[in-house]
Amino acid sequence: MLSHIPQAAQDADANIKLAKEIIGNCVHCGVCLSRCPTYAVKHEENDSPRGRIFLIKGMYEKGGAPDDRTVEHLDRCLTCLACEAICPSGVEYSKLIAHGREYVEQHYRRPLFQRIVRESLIRLLPNAGLFRKAIALGRLARPARGLFSGTLRAMMDMVPAKPLPAPSPVDRPQTFTVKPGTTRRKRVALLNGCVQTALDTAINEATIRLLQRHGVEVVVARGSGCCGAPAEHMGAEDKALPLVKANIDAWLREADGPEGLDAVIINTSGCGTSVKAYGHAMRLDPQWADKAARVSAMARDISEFMTEIGLMPATQPAGLRVVYHSACSMQHGQRIINQPKDLLRSAGFTVLDVPEGYLCCGSAGTYNLLQPDIAGQLKERKVRNIRSVNAQVAASGNIGCMTQLAGEVGIPFVHTVELLDWATGGPEPAALAATPLVAG
Amino acid sequence: MQMPEPSQAIMNQREALAVALRQIVGQEWVISDEAERRPYQCDGITAYMAMPLLVVLPGSAAEVQQILRFCHERGVKVVPRGSGTSLSGGALPLEDGILLVTSRLCNVLEVDAPNRVARVQPGVPNIKISEAVQHLGLCYMPDPSSQLISTIGGNVAENAGGVHCLKYGVTANHILGLEAVLMTGEIIRLGGAYLGAAEGEMDLMGVLTGSEGLLAMVTEIAVRLEPVPEVARVISMSFPSVEEACACVGAIVGAGIIPAGLEFMDRKVLDAVSVLIRETFDSNTAALLLCELDGTAVEVDALVDVVSDVARNQGAIETKVSTTEEERQRIWSSRKLAFSAIGKLCPDYYCTDGTIPRNKLPEVLNKMADMSVKYGLDYANCFHAGDGNLHPIIMYDAAKPGDLEKAEAFGADVLIACVDAGGVLSGEHGVGVEKRDLMTHQFTDIDLNQQQMVKCAFDPAELLNPGKVFPTACRCAEFGRMHVRNGAIRFPDIPRF
Ligand SMILES: Cc1cc2nc3c(=O)[nH]c(=O)nc-3n(C[C@H](O)[C@H](O)[C@H](O)COP(=O)(O)OP(=O)(O)OC[C@H]3O[C@@H](n4cnc5c(N)ncnc54)[C@H](O)[C@@H]3O)c2cc1C
Ligand code: SF4
Ligand code: SF4
Repeated sequence: MLSHIPQAAQDADANIKLAKEIIGNCVHCGVCLSRCPTYAVKHEENDSPRGRIFLIKGMYEKGGAPDDRTVEHLDRCLTCLACEAICPSGVEYSKLIAHGREYVEQHYRRPLFQRIVRESLIRLLPNAGLFRKAIALGRLARPARGLFSGTLRAMMDMVPAKPLPAPSPVDRPQTFTVKPGTTRRKRVALLNGCVQTALDTAINEATIRLLQRHGVEVVVARGSGCCGAPAEHMGAEDKALPLVKANIDAWLREADGPEGLDAVIINTSGCGTSVKAYGHAMRLDPQWADKAARVSAMARDISEFMTEIGLMPATQPAGLRVVYHSACSMQHGQRIINQPKDLLRSAGFTVLDVPEGYLCCGSAGTYNLLQPDIAGQLKERKVRNIRSVNAQVAASGNIGCMTQLAGEVGIPFVHTVELLDWATGGPEPAALAATPLVAG
Repeated sequence: MQMPEPSQAIMNQREALAVALRQIVGQEWVISDEAERRPYQCDGITAYMAMPLLVVLPGSAAEVQQILRFCHERGVKVVPRGSGTSLSGGALPLEDGILLVTSRLCNVLEVDAPNRVARVQPGVPNIKISEAVQHLGLCYMPDPSSQLISTIGGNVAENAGGVHCLKYGVTANHILGLEAVLMTGEIIRLGGAYLGAAEGEMDLMGVLTGSEGLLAMVTEIAVRLEPVPEVARVISMSFPSVEEACACVGAIVGAGIIPAGLEFMDRKVLDAVSVLIRETFDSNTAALLLCELDGTAVEVDALVDVVSDVARNQGAIETKVSTTEEERQRIWSSRKLAFSAIGKLCPDYYCTDGTIPRNKLPEVLNKMADMSVKYGLDYANCFHAGDGNLHPIIMYDAAKPGDLEKAEAFGADVLIACVDAGGVLSGEHGVGVEKRDLMTHQFTDIDLNQQQMVKCAFDPAELLNPGKVFPTACRCAEFGRMHVRNGAIRFPDIPRF
């Protein structure tokens, strides 16, 4: 599609030049509308990928500060990337929206309330310690949450009813060697995420046990932490960059050290998408471009890595009916579709798909906090679809979705690695042990 | 693209009209903000854009009725729109007209399995009908390549075809009943919700199907459901030349076989879709035919053998038969996404839709190659070979001055060649604005006059989707007063748009 973005704007900003090329690839066929969750809810072109491409085109053509309506429709995008995954013309929507959001943050002044909310999320989420404190405060306010609506209410509803688990010892920088008697096949670094660390320590523990059992040494590299995605999703590139650089340094120190590194393992697909995009994010910085590209090339979702090294035979009789919910960052962002399901099958589980599986559950990073209305509708739809297949357990590879959906689907919700760990000799996942399973 | 001169008087009333229309559909569903109207400027042809006066999204047929009645009273033009995938500019907005979008009317209202009928709203995407009845072993047969998103209302308006229409027929063959609102706000109901309901009544359903939004706004459709064939397999046949592939099309049909689908893709299309299909093609392959055979297992096995033999006799390099349903789906999805995949090869494309007798395929394809040289524009070919429905995809760059005009002229030459070979301008995408000015090449003035009289019978005020299909305005007011004498052309002096 032809755009008329002024040449001067393109010359001044490489991202605008790139946007013009991306827009040029869109042939306006509309195929992407069929997969877009906001279009499914709103039925309006402006809340569709094809519409947002048009809006971004208009924003750059006009230059200056974007108008309120354009910002609102761009804000509503979940960045689920279902559109990019299906686009036959190869339109790189992810890059278009990411740079579009940076432009919005640089040129648009948000109303005060929005500024406060966004600013606090950007500060809170990358910092596991602060996040814990905020949650503790939120727990105090929980009984009063009926008094609030919109974003504030959504934030309060997110606060878990139970106290958070104690910080897990596995999240401190250290090395987990393989069990005595097993040979070391690989050595990997584990991204010990931010929110995830605080919300569910069991996932990292299960991941480490699973890897160790398969002859893989795991390091939690000193200095690594949040991948930077929460800040980046809100267009705050400046806040994301230090986090990105810290991770690159931490992992390359390991990779270039005496022991070397075969992969960077990520067990939250949202973070995986972001680490795999480091190369693109840093491409214009001569000091960091190559290093970032190296890290992106080493990044693997745990399900990809386990598929590469092969899962050992299951030792526990499982046979449970598992409904597998594929996170957007997994199926659309990283295009990992069959690996998790194949692993679960080879571990002895019966795997069921979620109807309308391509639709986002509405969790999408901080989305449920910023757009509670659309998020709520999507969540309800996802819950209905998950319930419709009558499974005994639900599994997913992304903590965001688990937080959004657990407690609503009527069955235990666990991380895929917890099931794989259990099947190959680990402990039964706590969520399963705590609930009597519905009859097979 | 020349369109009727917009009325400044109407355009000046935009805000007042918005206020009144919001009373009907609610605040949120009238879009008047300039930034938000921009994404509605075009449909599947990005070469033609116009800013709609307002965009209105009704939530019920009753609202459609009120909107049309209101617009009729005020003399405001209306352009219907489904998902905006038209490849003929049918949903191109008018600057002095509202765009009436059906995307909120997207419910399957009723599934009547014993009678094999579904009642649906016009904004339901084609594929959603099949999805809604899949658990009953049923489906809605016509499958335009845009089926993931194009609406059933848009399919009715364009009488859409698809890969499987060779054996099963086009949209018109699968519509049992229609509810539509005339420009005056009057609701008409045609046919009914069972097979044969339309027996005995004048075939006005046939008139509305393919009427490109010029006669009435369709608000409900009763569609026919078919059992999903027991077995379906697709044979991919690669050929060293376009001619041999074309000859094979004739040979297959000549052998007395009506395949469920018979599609042609040339080398350029193959290269564009090879990523989607996850397959690479032999370097000698110049064209690929996809032939689907369906029915009972025994029947399909026998047909697969016959078609494979025919293909080998016609010089096929290789024939491959799909072994799993997943593989078959993947092959078709690559074919269905082929147009869009061309977007990877060029900044813009222009796709036309002429249809010719099957035996003229080689002749017309050769002419096309000459035209490509003449205009200096590349093109790719991907079409419904079984029914001779050509879809040359002409590649151009809208940023290059003069490129669009060359592409348009190339497209026009192709269509003229189709008509001259005994074919027609449009197989399934409709006339819209894209082929409007070529209508005089296919139809005599008498033909066009008769067609315009039908338009005037439905919409004498000429407010519904004007400027489309006919190269001149209809002048319905005069039709009413004058009589046709000996087929003489009554308005030789009417200016063309
Ligand atoms: C990638 C691609 C592949 C395609 N493949 C095919 C194909 O294989 N076969 C085929 O036939 N077409 C194909 N098309 C063309 C297009 O998808 C069809 O014409 C389709 O029927 C249009 O549906 P829509 O909902 O997008 O309608 P729109 O484009 O929105 O509108 C099309 C026309 O219908 C009118 N209209 C829409 N809704 C109504 C209504 N409720 N009442 C009255 N008039 C209405 C509009 O005014 C307009 O004139 C393809 C298009 C694309 C982009
Ligand atoms: S599918 Fe791709 S080419 Fe088609 S409208 Fe969407 S982004 Fe554009
Ligand atoms: S990223 Fe998701 S929500 Fe955003 S436009 Fe694409 S499909 Fe829609």
